[in-house]
Amino acid sequence: MMTQSLITVTRGGATAQITLALLAVAALVLAGLPWLSGIGGSGRAVALLVYILLAVMWNALAGFAGLVSIGQTLFFGVAAYITIRLADAGVDPYVAILLAIAAGALLGWITSLFMLSLSGGEFAIGMWVLSSLAHLCVNLDPLIQGETGTSLIALNAYALETRSAWTLWLALAVTVAVLAALVVLLRSRTGAAITAIRDDEIGSRSIGVDVIRTKRIVFVLAATGTAAAGALWLASNTTFQPRAYFGVQWTAYMLFMVLVGGLGRIEGALIGALLFFVIETLFGAFGAWYLVGLGAVAVGFALFLPNGIWGWIGPRLPGEAIPTGYLITEINKTSREEN
Amino acid sequence: MMGLVISAALLGGYYAILATGLAFMYSVMNIINLAHGALIVLAAYGLYVLGTQGIALPVGIVVMSVAMFAFGMLLHKTVLSRASGGGELLPLLATFGIAIILDNLMFQTFGADNLSLAPFVGDLSWASFELPGDIFVGQLSVYILVAALIIIALIETLMRRTDLGRRIQATSQDRATASLLGINTGRTAAIATGIALATGVFAATAMGLRSAWGPYSGSAQLLFAFEAVVIGGIGSMWRVLIGAMILAFAQSIGAAIHPQGFLIGGHLTFLIVVFYRLPTWRNAIAKFRQARVQA
Repeated sequence: MMTQSLITVTRGGATAQITLALLAVAALVLAGLPWLSGIGGSGRAVALLVYILLAVMWNALAGFAGLVSIGQTLFFGVAAYITIRLADAGVDPYVAILLAIAAGALLGWITSLFMLSLSGGEFAIGMWVLSSLAHLCVNLDPLIQGETGTSLIALNAYALETRSAWTLWLALAVTVAVLAALVVLLRSRTGAAITAIRDDEIGSRSIGVDVIRTKRIVFVLAATGTAAAGALWLASNTTFQPRAYFGVQWTAYMLFMVLVGGLGRIEGALIGALLFFVIETLFGAFGAWYLVGLGAVAVGFALFLPNGIWGWIGPRLPGEAIPTGYLITEINKTSREEN
Repeated sequence: MMGLVISAALLGGYYAILATGLAFMYSVMNIINLAHGALIVLAAYGLYVLGTQGIALPVGIVVMSVAMFAFGMLLHKTVLSRASGGGELLPLLATFGIAIILDNLMFQTFGADNLSLAPFVGDLSWASFELPGDIFVGQLSVYILVAALIIIALIETLMRRTDLGRRIQATSQDRATASLLGINTGRTAAIATGIALATGVFAATAMGLRSAWGPYSGSAQLLFAFEAVVIGGIGSMWRVLIGAMILAFAQSIGAAIHPQGFLIGGHLTFLIVVFYRLPTWRNAIAKFRQARVQA
C-alpha cells in the first residue's frame, strides 16, 4: 500500500512565539528599571545581564564548539583593563567600553590563530595560562599598581542616576545584540556546521565541514561577548582590582550556570544564569561554603544530569523555545484515511 | 652564573615531581585532572595534621600515600569512571568542579593561614651542601630532584616491566579489547588513579617543605605541572623531566630579567612551544630546512 506523506517544515511555532514574548517583556522591564527601582535595582540588573552574557558565551564555546576553556577571564579582565586605560587617556568611559569590546574581538581572533590547534584539556588549561599571563602583565602597569587596582574615575563625569541608567541600557543592548547574533549564526549555514561538529567532529570533517573556521567563528563571538561582560562589570562596579577580574571564580560561575541550565542549548544558559543570579543573591554572603555548594551542584549535574534543567524541560515542550533547528511535522494521509 | 644554573635545575626537579602524577593520568587515562593541584594541597594538609600529632614525616608520607591511593580509587569509582563515559568534556568539567570544592573546603577547614612542613624536619629546610667555588646548594632541593628521578624511574619500570603496567597500558589503549582479554578495566583504571594520587603525596611533601602554602595554592601547582607536561610532550615520563627543566630555566631567566618576570618567563615559554607545534609552523620550518639543504 502506498503511503503518501505531507511534510511541513517550519521554524519554531507557538512555543517560540511565547518565549519571544516573554523575553521581550523581560527586556522591557529591565529597560524600565531606572524608573521602577532606582540605582540599586539597576546595579543588580547589570549583574544579571553580565551573568547571562557569560553563560551564553561559555555555553556557545563548550556546548557548540566543544571547547572547554578555564581562561575566558582573559577576555573579561583584558576588556575591563582596556576600558580603564582608554578612560585614563581621556576617552569617554562609554566609548571606551565599546572600544574595549572591539579589542576583545580582536584579541579573540589573534588567540584563535594558535589556541585552536589545541584540543580538550590542553586547550582548557592553555587558555588559563594566557589569562594568567595577561593578569601578570596588567599587574605590571603602574596605573594599576599590582593587586591594589584603581577605579573608573572618569565615570564621575556623569551623575550617579544617569550613569547607572546608561550602564543598564548599554548592558541590555549588548546582551540582546549578542543573543541575536548567536541565534542568527546558529540558523545560518555555519550553524549547521556547528551542530555537525558538536555531534561528531571527525564525521563532519569527512563531509567537508571546515572545522577550524567554524570553531574560530564561535570562539571570536564568545571572546567578544565575554569582553563585553567584563567592560560592563567594570562600568557597574567602577573598581578594578586585577584579581577580581582574572580570578578563577568566574570560570566556576560559568561552569555552574551552563551545566545546571543545560549544555548546548541557549535556553539552558539563560535558565542557568537566572538561577545563579537568584542563588548568588540568597547565598552569596556564605563565602567559601557557597562556592563548595556551587561546585558540588555543578559536578552532580555533570555526572547525573549532563543535559541540565533544560534537558528535562526542552523535550516536554511542543517545538523549540529558541528555534535554531527546523520543526518537521508529518501528516500521514493514508493512516488518516484508515482512521 | 653557575649558581643560577644549579638552582634552576633543582627547581626543575620540583616541577618534575609536581608533574608526574598529572602526566601519568593523562597518558594512561587520557584525563587532564584539573583537581591535580588541589589534591596535592589536600595531601599536604594531611601531612601537616599528622606532623602536629607528633608523627615523623617519613611515616606520614607512607600513611598519606596509602590514604591518597584509596582516595584515588574512590574518586575513580564515584566520579571519573562515570565522567569518562560521557565524552571528553565531562572529565574536565567534573575535575574542575572537584578542584573548586576541595579548595573551598580546605579554606573552611584550615583557614587562610599559610603553612609549612619545614618545622617537622629540623634543620633540613635550610641545610646546604658546599660545592667547590663557594657555591652553596640547598640539601632539600637536591633531595627533591633525586626523589623526582626515583619516582619517574619507578613509574617507567612499573609501566614497562610489570604485569600491572601492561594491564594499565592495555586499558588505556583500548578498553573494550582489554576487557575482552579478561582484564578488569574498571579496577585497573582505579588503581592507575590511585597511583597518580599517591605520587601527589611526594609532590605535597616537596611543596610543603620548600615553601609556604595555603588552601588556594593548588591552582598554581596545577599550572606549573601542566606547563611542564606540555613543554615536555607526551610519551615517556622522562619527557616530563625535560619539560620541567625547561620550565624552570625559563622562569629563572625571566626572574633575572625583571623582578616580576619569573612566572611570565614560564608562560611565554609555554606559548612558544604551543606555537612551535602548530602544523603550519612546522611545515614552514620543514620547507625552510629543505630549501637550505638544496641550496
